[in-house]
Amino acid sequence: MESAVLPYLFYLFAFVIIVSALLVVLLRNIFHCALMLILCLFAVAGLYVLLQADFVAAVQVLLYVGAVAVLMIFAIMLTSRVFGVDLKQQNEQVPLALIVSIVFVAAAFYGLGKTVWDIKDASVPADSTMSLGKLLMTTYVMPFEIVSVVLLAALIGAIVIARRN
Amino acid sequence: MEISTLLRWLGSILFKVVDSLGLPLWVAELLQMISAAAIVLGAGLLVVLFLVWWERKLSGHFQQRFGPMRTGWHGWIQTVVDGVKLLQKEDIIPKTVDRKVFFWAPVLCFSVSYAAFAVIPWGQGLWPTDLNIGILYILAVTTFVVIALLMAGWSSNNKYALLGGMRAAAQIISYEVPLMLSILGVIMLVQSLSMVKIVEAQGGIFGWFIFKQPLGFLIYLVAATAETNRAPFDIPEAEQELVAGFNIEYSGMKFAMFFMAEFLNLFLVAAIATTIFLGGWRGPWLPSWVWFMGKTLFLVFVIIWFKWTYPRLRVDQLMEFCWKVLLPLAFLNLIVSGILFM
Repeated sequence: MESAVLPYLFYLFAFVIIVSALLVVLLRNIFHCALMLILCLFAVAGLYVLLQADFVAAVQVLLYVGAVAVLMIFAIMLTSRVFGVDLKQQNEQVPLALIVSIVFVAAAFYGLGKTVWDIKDASVPADSTMSLGKLLMTTYVMPFEIVSVVLLAALIGAIVIARRN
Repeated sequence: MEISTLLRWLGSILFKVVDSLGLPLWVAELLQMISAAAIVLGAGLLVVLFLVWWERKLSGHFQQRFGPMRTGWHGWIQTVVDGVKLLQKEDIIPKTVDRKVFFWAPVLCFSVSYAAFAVIPWGQGLWPTDLNIGILYILAVTTFVVIALLMAGWSSNNKYALLGGMRAAAQIISYEVPLMLSILGVIMLVQSLSMVKIVEAQGGIFGWFIFKQPLGFLIYLVAATAETNRAPFDIPEAEQELVAGFNIEYSGMKFAMFFMAEFLNLFLVAAIATTIFLGGWRGPWLPSWVWFMGKTLFLVFVIIWFKWTYPRLRVDQLMEFCWKVLLPLAFLNLIVSGILFM
């Protein structure tokens, strides 16, 4: 079952990611764009599940859909008079942006092709949550703590800015 | 009798049939998955049918009324009749709604509430799947409920619906924080996120986590009541202010989808509380699924009891209670259980 279906699932998720990501920048209704972004982020979580990173997948949904996307939608809803409004997504810099994008994609593909991937035969740990937690609390405890402090600082900063008004 | 034995027997028959037909193994596995999903959907819908009646009956008796009495013994068939009525109703779509978003909002709302049931252990050996990240999976998929409510509120193009949707979303994402923190204490003790492992860790009645984490249980119950937008936390659908809330423009089956999702969520939060704090399916003499259903329905009863006991909070009180009372308590609970655990 697993080996028979998994590749197709990958292509399904990849298709959804690409189409929804395109729609995010092409649709003319900003609320629809936000919903497409949610679909895109959800499909990325699907890819994580295929890679047996279940914890990362759940956190992806929890943080990006549950927090980031909700915040965006809130901002859209608080902006009055966007209902049914067609917004222009392009301006006169389209050709320039196209060149930059093509160069970037070419560079990315070149880099991906050049890289020698370090492939290991070791199987994925059955309980990735446990091993992730252990690593965060031992080997990577310093970066983990620093990130927490940075996030806390950002949080306090946001409150200070909001209080001023 | 244990239902899991019966299901396992049916599953083995399925595999034999597929094998004798000469079909590959993945066909049997796929059929098994689909039938498991269908069984959970059927059980969920039955639960919804019962809960609607249960809530109306309880509400009636709390107010010294009888509740539904006409259809069947004490009106037990009332919900079925109501369901048939809703099916026949015309599906009214107002002219100025955003049609696509308006259509997908109830679908999303119902399907994510249903998806969360994939990891609920209904009894000994009676769970659709046992994920390593069980409880985290539930928390992750149910965040889509917020999106669905915002979609409904926005696409209706109605001020009341918009306000209701925003209130619901603001409330759910605020109360999600103490809710998660209250569960974290138990997860620390069990050292696993799997729902089945959490139940297995609670041996004997005093092994239930309600006795080890009483504060966590109280915080969970309050936050869960707020998560399901029920009184005293029902400002997203405060009738006096908003007429109905986010679902004001919905009619017919689309309305029924929101309604069913609401009751699925009510059952879900009670089932999670049963699994995490009340020992899940564990209990003497009776079959395990009877214990699970009994405990869960009792918690549902408690949540309905809240509704008829406390008046509705104001918006500012609601937020203050969440951030200034529940959150510090949840942190306290976490720190104390951390110290005890060491």
